[in-house]
Amino acid sequence: MELTNLSAVELLNLLSNGDISPREVAAAYIKRIESLDKKIKAFVHFEPEKILKKAENIRSGKLNGLPIAIKDNLCVKGEPATCGSRILSGFRPPYNATVIEKLEREGALFMGKVNMDEFAFGSSCETSCYGPTYNPWDTSRAPGGSSGGSAAAVAARLVPWALGSDTGGSIRQPASFCGTVGLKPTYGRVSRYGLIAFASSLDQIGPLTQDVKDAAMLMNIISGHDPKDSTSVDTDVPDYLAALNGSIKGLKIAIPKEYFSSGIDAEVKEAIIQAIEELKRQGAAVEEISLPHTEYAVATYYIVAPSEASSNLARFDGVQYGLRLCGTEKANENALIDMYTKTRGKGFGPEAKRRIILGTYTLSSGYYDAYYLKALKVRTKIAEDFKNAFSRFDCIVTPTSPTSAFKIGERTNDPLAMYLSDIFTIPANLAGIPALSIPCGFTKENLPVGLQLLGKPFDEALLLKVGHAYQQQTNWHKQMPEMANSS
Amino acid sequence: MIYEAVIGLEVHVQLKTATKAFCGCATEFGLPANTQTCPVCLGLPGTLPVLNKKFLEHGLRVALALNCTAANYLKFDRKNYFYPDLPKDYQISQYDKPLAVNGRLEIDTETGKKEIRILRVHMEEDAGKLIHSSSASLVDYNRCGMPLLEIVSEPDLNSAAETYEYLTQLKSILEYLEVSDCDMEKGSLRCDANISLRPKGETKLGVKTELKNMNSFKGVRDALNYEISRQEKQLRAGTAIVQETRLWNEEQQKTFTMRTKEEAHDYRYFPEPDLVPFTISDETIDAAIKALPELPQAKKQRLARDYTLSEYDAGVICADKHIALYFEEAAKHYSPAKNICNWLMGDIMNYINTHRIETKALKETLAVKNLIAMLELIDNNIISGKIAKEILPEIIKTGKDPEKIVQEKNLSQISDTSQLETFIDEVLREQAQVVNDVRSGKEKAMMFLVGQVMKKTRGKANPQMVNTIIKNKLETNS
Repeated sequence: MELTNLSAVELLNLLSNGDISPREVAAAYIKRIESLDKKIKAFVHFEPEKILKKAENIRSGKLNGLPIAIKDNLCVKGEPATCGSRILSGFRPPYNATVIEKLEREGALFMGKVNMDEFAFGSSCETSCYGPTYNPWDTSRAPGGSSGGSAAAVAARLVPWALGSDTGGSIRQPASFCGTVGLKPTYGRVSRYGLIAFASSLDQIGPLTQDVKDAAMLMNIISGHDPKDSTSVDTDVPDYLAALNGSIKGLKIAIPKEYFSSGIDAEVKEAIIQAIEELKRQGAAVEEISLPHTEYAVATYYIVAPSEASSNLARFDGVQYGLRLCGTEKANENALIDMYTKTRGKGFGPEAKRRIILGTYTLSSGYYDAYYLKALKVRTKIAEDFKNAFSRFDCIVTPTSPTSAFKIGERTNDPLAMYLSDIFTIPANLAGIPALSIPCGFTKENLPVGLQLLGKPFDEALLLKVGHAYQQQTNWHKQMPEMANSS
Repeated sequence: MIYEAVIGLEVHVQLKTATKAFCGCATEFGLPANTQTCPVCLGLPGTLPVLNKKFLEHGLRVALALNCTAANYLKFDRKNYFYPDLPKDYQISQYDKPLAVNGRLEIDTETGKKEIRILRVHMEEDAGKLIHSSSASLVDYNRCGMPLLEIVSEPDLNSAAETYEYLTQLKSILEYLEVSDCDMEKGSLRCDANISLRPKGETKLGVKTELKNMNSFKGVRDALNYEISRQEKQLRAGTAIVQETRLWNEEQQKTFTMRTKEEAHDYRYFPEPDLVPFTISDETIDAAIKALPELPQAKKQRLARDYTLSEYDAGVICADKHIALYFEEAAKHYSPAKNICNWLMGDIMNYINTHRIETKALKETLAVKNLIAMLELIDNNIISGKIAKEILPEIIKTGKDPEKIVQEKNLSQISDTSQLETFIDEVLREQAQVVNDVRSGKEKAMMFLVGQVMKKTRGKANPQMVNTIIKNKLETNS
């Protein structure tokens, strides 16, 4: 039995029964990371000796030393947190993110930090200052982004599961590209405390896992109100694992026609149609609907998200932490401007700069009403579309991304093409609703395709139940990339 | 042409909460640099603000005490600008929906009462402090995230004196509410002034300058007076006023250009996404109004009415909450209250000012019962007012019963007629010429004789009795 081929739930059973020790598990994964990550480059901070030492001392909690990979924008006390950016080089937060605190309490073993687009600005992991992560299904292709490191690590079984964050699709799109499960929870379901902000009103932390059951287990640990995050909502958290079971017979599923229009890859479309057929077979009632404001989602997102980002990223100024570049020795007003200019000029990559400039522009006096305020209004319209749909349906099914994984470098010089790869994932962030991506097939080139399930606010349990029902009858989620099998 | 000054104030008040505006750090003043900080107020990446409820409560009390209309919807905004004392490079503030609007504050001016309108009151967080040396600039973040209230007046003030009175009234209200230390030197109260001049009678506003860096009420007054004359000189010379921010230099007693309008910031305000807007119910606001203490103006009117004080006297007493409370406590047990008032405004205020005693410590400094005992000694002719003035410092220092002090020092007033007559006869013998003057109707000469008796008795003689006895003696002998 190959330990590293097991799902998180399976592995935990062995750990809990005492069949294996946390150290054995850690050692197996370390070996795997050391042999495979040369080709994938998912990890950006990885210290095997430290991990082994920690593994020996873990004797507590529900997770019993179960390993996990953490996206590099989440704060783990004393560990680097760089968001894939030079500007945060050397920064080690003196505190844990709330999700890290919860995982630590349950005895999770942190395997290190995994790659991401710089500050989560991207859909391919290519904007990271560490260079790209490679898709385990085809290393000439991108793993998606921004949580590309998390998705690739899970796909190649470098870890049983991982945490990512999703602002416009950053969990779901890489999950789709890498053939893993990815869940973006309802805005407010998981505390954002300790997540280095991209766009505060859109960001959510969520799981990237091998199957839906693992996602439910991770959600059980990370969900819930946090007094440190005013935007986390104080509402009951169900037992997601317990909610998995049961038939989806009679479930009312909506298919929004706007998500199947031009621009969607034919093979992706076919896989989604087959997946919908499977849900029908299981007794779901499927009906086509319209979400008329869908076409404005990307434009709206690219005003709201950069606006917030331009403000959130202002603090990276060279004063307190991270990179500081100074030009002159003298302390005068020019020296300050000089430090700001040099630090931010060298510290941020081109995509970060592009978004800071965009956001600064849209918030500027004289433009605010035409851009930001307008975008907020459209955002409300998009949310209303969903609200209307959910008054009649239990969930909405769409493709996660219009295409399967694209080639590294293919879209780096075409920001608009890159932005469009999130066209189906962005609306859920704007509306704040939960969204799950699960593997639902492969293209002829053996690249995974993802199915997206959208649900009512705080109804992650239903999405997980539908996803789990689907996975009981399909094997897509059990497929592993060849490189993962042959090692 | 006569010019009229038009002044509007932006006052920043640091609210006295136990913890900072959006984190759990303490709010002490004067701690070693950067010892009163945490990841949240340092703006470290990933941290999030959480509103301190006391901040809102205090803010609401101030807004309501200033007769503002409080908002039912509370939201915060980010004010974006780069500066090293601002760790997030944005300040959490309120922009288009302030905590409260449309208030008013009544002040006393030379020509009577005047109402100054309050435009808005909003909540925001404070920044840190830069410390400059020749080789480097250092940042102290202790003050970062302290809760501030910005109180913006309409341009209803027309002189430096009115502005001074406005600040005094405002400070008095804040002290009554017990929400701030109001110490300009420590920065818990800060004031920027917008000032322009216009020909008297003109309704259009002139070009304004904004004055900063005043560290006391007096500084505000001086800066405004300087700026009024500077602007007036320019206008008379036909030079246009430049709209700019000017810094007050205390040592040189002058204002200097800091930045002109062209360099003004675009703060790119937008709603703070890390804090969820929420509603404040009418019930909450009504309850807060009901919970307000009696405020200086109301107290002044009540004291003037109930204790038959002049408006001026009541005003002086009520300017300081602690003095007013002390007065009321004493007036419960003693009348006429005017005597208490006179002593408070005179010797007692003098004493605590020269000894730098805070008014809130007045009760401990001079026990109310000792003040009353002293006043009764005067009323009962045991001591004269003059003796009372002399022993007041000792009553304060020792805390002893005034009567005991009088006994120990043998200071009681001589009210015994035969004893007094001995001294009086002596004086009348010595001052034959003056006696003649009195007889020929010179009133002042009479005063001189009484004075001589007081001198001989070292102030212990009962002056009224001396007066009567002398009068009687001179009349019967004439």
